[in-house]
Amino acid sequence: MTATSNILPLFVGISLAGAFLTSIVGKKLKWLPDLMGSLTTLILLGLSLITVRIVATQGILVYSVGGWKLPIGIALVLDGLTVFMLVTVNLMAFFIAIYSINYMEKFTSKWKFYTLFLLMVAGMNGVVITGDMFNLFVFLEIASVASYALVAFGTERHELEAAFKYTVMSIVGSLFVLLGIVFLYSYTSTLNMADMANILAQKSASNITIMVSVLFIMGFGLKAALVPFHAWLPDAHPSAPAPISAMLSGVLIKSLGVYTLCRVFYNVIGINSSLSLILMVLGTLSMVIGVFLAIGQWDFKRLLAYHSISQIGYVILGIGLGTPLGMIGGLFHLFNHSVFKSLLFLNSGAVEYATGTRDLQKMGGLMTKMPITGTTSLVASMSIAGIPPFNGFWSKLIIIIACVQANRLGYAFWAVLASILTLASFMKVMKYAFFGKLREKWNKVEEVPVFMKLSMVILALICVVGGVLLIYNINEVFLKPASDVLLEGTKYADIVFKGIQ
Amino acid sequence: MIIYLLCLILFCCGLYCILRKRNIIKIILGIIIAEYAVNLFFILVAYRMEGRSPILSSEVEIVNMVDPLPQALVLTAIVIGLATTTLLVALAMRIYEKYKTFDITKIKELRG
Amino acid sequence: MSKEHDKGMSLIVKVITRLTVGLILLFGIYIVLHGHVSPGGGFAGGVIIALSFVHLMLAYGKDVALKKLPKTAMSFFESMGAILFLSIALLGFTGGYFFLNFISKGEPFRLFSAGTIPLSNIAISLKVGAGLFAIFVVLVLLKFEWEKKE
Repeated sequence: MTATSNILPLFVGISLAGAFLTSIVGKKLKWLPDLMGSLTTLILLGLSLITVRIVATQGILVYSVGGWKLPIGIALVLDGLTVFMLVTVNLMAFFIAIYSINYMEKFTSKWKFYTLFLLMVAGMNGVVITGDMFNLFVFLEIASVASYALVAFGTERHELEAAFKYTVMSIVGSLFVLLGIVFLYSYTSTLNMADMANILAQKSASNITIMVSVLFIMGFGLKAALVPFHAWLPDAHPSAPAPISAMLSGVLIKSLGVYTLCRVFYNVIGINSSLSLILMVLGTLSMVIGVFLAIGQWDFKRLLAYHSISQIGYVILGIGLGTPLGMIGGLFHLFNHSVFKSLLFLNSGAVEYATGTRDLQKMGGLMTKMPITGTTSLVASMSIAGIPPFNGFWSKLIIIIACVQANRLGYAFWAVLASILTLASFMKVMKYAFFGKLREKWNKVEEVPVFMKLSMVILALICVVGGVLLIYNINEVFLKPASDVLLEGTKYADIVFKGIQ
Repeated sequence: MIIYLLCLILFCCGLYCILRKRNIIKIILGIIIAEYAVNLFFILVAYRMEGRSPILSSEVEIVNMVDPLPQALVLTAIVIGLATTTLLVALAMRIYEKYKTFDITKIKELRG
Repeated sequence: MSKEHDKGMSLIVKVITRLTVGLILLFGIYIVLHGHVSPGGGFAGGVIIALSFVHLMLAYGKDVALKKLPKTAMSFFESMGAILFLSIALLGFTGGYFFLNFISKGEPFRLFSAGTIPLSNIAISLKVGAGLFAIFVVLVLLKFEWEKKE
């Protein structure tokens, strides 16, 4: 325990403090919620960038809350994967908070929005940083409850219907997770993840671990919207306000679904060939079915939501492969997807802000009136479709190469096919929304306000230079530690126990 | 053992209610039943034969007490359940305001 | 007095409520303050405190209850409870750890013991009491669009 590890509880503390201060003071002072939202997420982003350096120099950090010794108290663990997710979550949260300054003007009570938004950020940071099984469930629920309310934020017919569907399905998912935790607790008599991994490794494999694995695949798979459990996503994500769609698609399904799946299966239960096969099959199914469903859509945001399912499939496929290259590819794609999918949702929000419609057939020629939205959207579309200089290309390439190396040519074929279909559907978006002839009624359309432009441009820049992350030095401190954590598997326990001293 | 099976049956009743019923209020009730089945299961897992409640007091020395941790955890789970149930009820009221019905077969404007 | 009789339930309910509601509130406060030495605590006590206001509202109608605890006060107390709890946790940094019980623990089974736990209980009861009553009020007072027109 060193002085620097005091940074760990701040990730939850600062975001919660921001949320509740906004709800007290924000009602009176109109300008305050905007400031609180941006400032809190900026501080969190700064802290998460500091942790990159801390982990690179000092290795893994373990913090015991309240000074209780490790297996008894709640532990917070900062390792490579945690740092990677913290940077992803807080980077997106910051730019989306900036974007919402202008976008949320049309809603009446901004302070409610920012309170829920910061609660969601607190939940996601908590899920990522905790080293305790039940604590993970609590933070998962904090983030989920905030997101249910945010999906219904507009309180119109469609929002309410989508939010109800999302809430019911997500609660069932949470119940499966809780049931899995109950089984694990009764089997191992501990809740600390590292301790649990130790005990599970000592006891030989039993039916309990299989049962728990199935429950966790259902629960976390539902949160991650893998294909048999995806039905809520195409309704919920388009119905939310655009910044929240970006947040849900960009980071929520990743930190609540993909991260938890990785952490539980690789570091606690321990991966085996059948589990890895299940993950790969689910990933490929999501990848292909998601993109097929996406092609036929005419609603801009609904199309993007189906692509989220498809791209999460890539991430799960890469991580499920289990090879070092596959891990790096999967995690890199996770980061890239959160950048370009957030950007695309922000673009769709900008188009809706300016024109008031989400129907692709009613748009056309908007590039001339909204050059910045059009250009950033073009960049993001090329990224998601995997056109060479952009970041999406590199991560997809790595995943496909990893598939070929591991002698899984079938999966590689489906990955390439899904990528081509993605390209096709985004060519449709570009053609109908931004290129072509400008319609009469859009003659008075204006470019969106300054803060929206700012965050879109910066995210587009990250898309362009995203491939830089693969350069040796940056890869060493950012991506590689994250995939190393997963590759170490259940040795995670020993490392955590070593970190406490 | 039989009591765990009864718990499982209760959970399945809740799931059946969520999947099969058409009325929004009945779906919410199904969620509550399933939630309480899980909570009950958690409490039962912590029970031991002839155990008594884990409350320390100055007069009585406790020799054989049940595991106190799941009780604390279930309290947390109940609070979370309260929050989600409230949100669902509020959503249901709003849905009734817009659609003037609780029947989910008539509330399906989103598809495709 | 006569104005109070117009709304709410019958005279018998009102008289009984007037006699019991204070005791319920007091019992809630007792549960909160003794949370660290006996069963109960912030959540249970907070629920009982909220129920005393709910009781008042059921018997006398919304105006009397909301005069005792207006909506703005409710949301203020709710956020204040959360912030108090968080600041107790952050004050633990004075001893080096988040959530550290930095006050002396005292003697077991006494009212003034267990360090920060009674303080946390009070913060939680504020949050839960105000929050639960706010939920009740919001659900009861929700006006549908077609009701507003009438």
